[in-house]
Amino acid sequence: MEFKDYYQILGVERDASQDDIKRAYRRLARKYHPDVSKESDAEARFKEMKEAYEVLKDPEKRSAYDQFGANWKAGQDFQPPPNWQREYSFGGGGESFGDAGQFSDFFETLFGQARGEGFGGFRTGGRMKGEDINASVTIPLEDAYRGASRTITLEVPEADTDGSVRRRRKTLNVKIPPGITAGKRIRLEKQGGPGFGGSPPGDLYLAIDFEPHPFYRADGRDIHLELPVTPWEAALGRKVKVPTLGGAVDLQIPAGSSSGKMLRLKGRGLSGTPPGDQYVELKVVVPPASDEKTRELYETLERGHSVNPRAKLGV
Amino acid sequence: MAERTLAGLRGIVLDEQVTFTLGELSHACGVRTELVVEMVDHGVIEPATSTDEWQFYGDSIVRAQRALRLVQDLELNWPGAALVLDLLDELDRLQKR
Repeated sequence: MEFKDYYQILGVERDASQDDIKRAYRRLARKYHPDVSKESDAEARFKEMKEAYEVLKDPEKRSAYDQFGANWKAGQDFQPPPNWQREYSFGGGGESFGDAGQFSDFFETLFGQARGEGFGGFRTGGRMKGEDINASVTIPLEDAYRGASRTITLEVPEADTDGSVRRRRKTLNVKIPPGITAGKRIRLEKQGGPGFGGSPPGDLYLAIDFEPHPFYRADGRDIHLELPVTPWEAALGRKVKVPTLGGAVDLQIPAGSSSGKMLRLKGRGLSGTPPGDQYVELKVVVPPASDEKTRELYETLERGHSVNPRAKLGV
Repeated sequence: MAERTLAGLRGIVLDEQVTFTLGELSHACGVRTELVVEMVDHGVIEPATSTDEWQFYGDSIVRAQRALRLVQDLELNWPGAALVLDLLDELDRLQKR
């Protein structure tokens, strides 16, 4: 098993005071807390910090840990000394709710498994629900519209026959219902970690995110699309084809439209009660005057008009 | 590590289409109901209905669990956690624009 340098993880010196350790943890926790941080590795980093803090904040655990000295480097292969269990006895640490088995093998070998009651005695009874697992899956918008299945692989703690906890890889095939929106979570009851002492397993929470789409943007159930149109389609008002998640539809552009005009296709967004709408923003695309004929047409327009589109700007 | 595959699992989408009772919400969070009542009192989560028996929308589970983690890991109190969650929601909304 790998040696963990708890001082390095919290970025403090080996002789740091308890106050320094507390401050370092709080500062890092604010930055890397998975509920706050946007860093991609926030969850793993935070887990490490929590474990390091769990040891270093407790003078008894810290002094036990300290006897390994500064010669050990993070990642080095580590075995505890043979007399470890006899000299030190820890009742298991952790003050967490529903996340037993969260600490590394290194921690558990030295200090036992964290099976805290935690949370000011507000945990349900003495029996502890298994670990809840949070995972996320990124899907294309089309799958959110039609519904889809996703195979996801998770590492979940599982109790061995001797009661010890091992991490196992579990593969699940999850149905994603049509009409799901980004940021929503699917709860899969009892698909989390195992419970202890006959208590129920934890749950699995699957957060849904959308892949960026080349032309649609989702806002809740509504879909936004920028639709390129020609100057004459916008000026004269024409019927044009518009893509929607459910297939192309015809859209009547009102005569006299300009770039930025917003049109709504009711009920063409993601499904639900009520279904979302699709908002279409017109973007007038001006063909270049690249040939003689086009140039002449533009010049005809120029001669026939004395419009100043910059009048409002005072020039 | 051993592998096994479970096929075709159907979960519940935690949105406004589903509601949970106080007991169900507490169970989902792994805490006693008193703690959920405290969260409601501090405005961390809000019941969907104002009837005698509380019902909570699905996203309350997510919000309550986030609040519990914040309170525990960052040593916040309930009003602090509620403020953080509100600001994070606002940040999310702005970034989506």
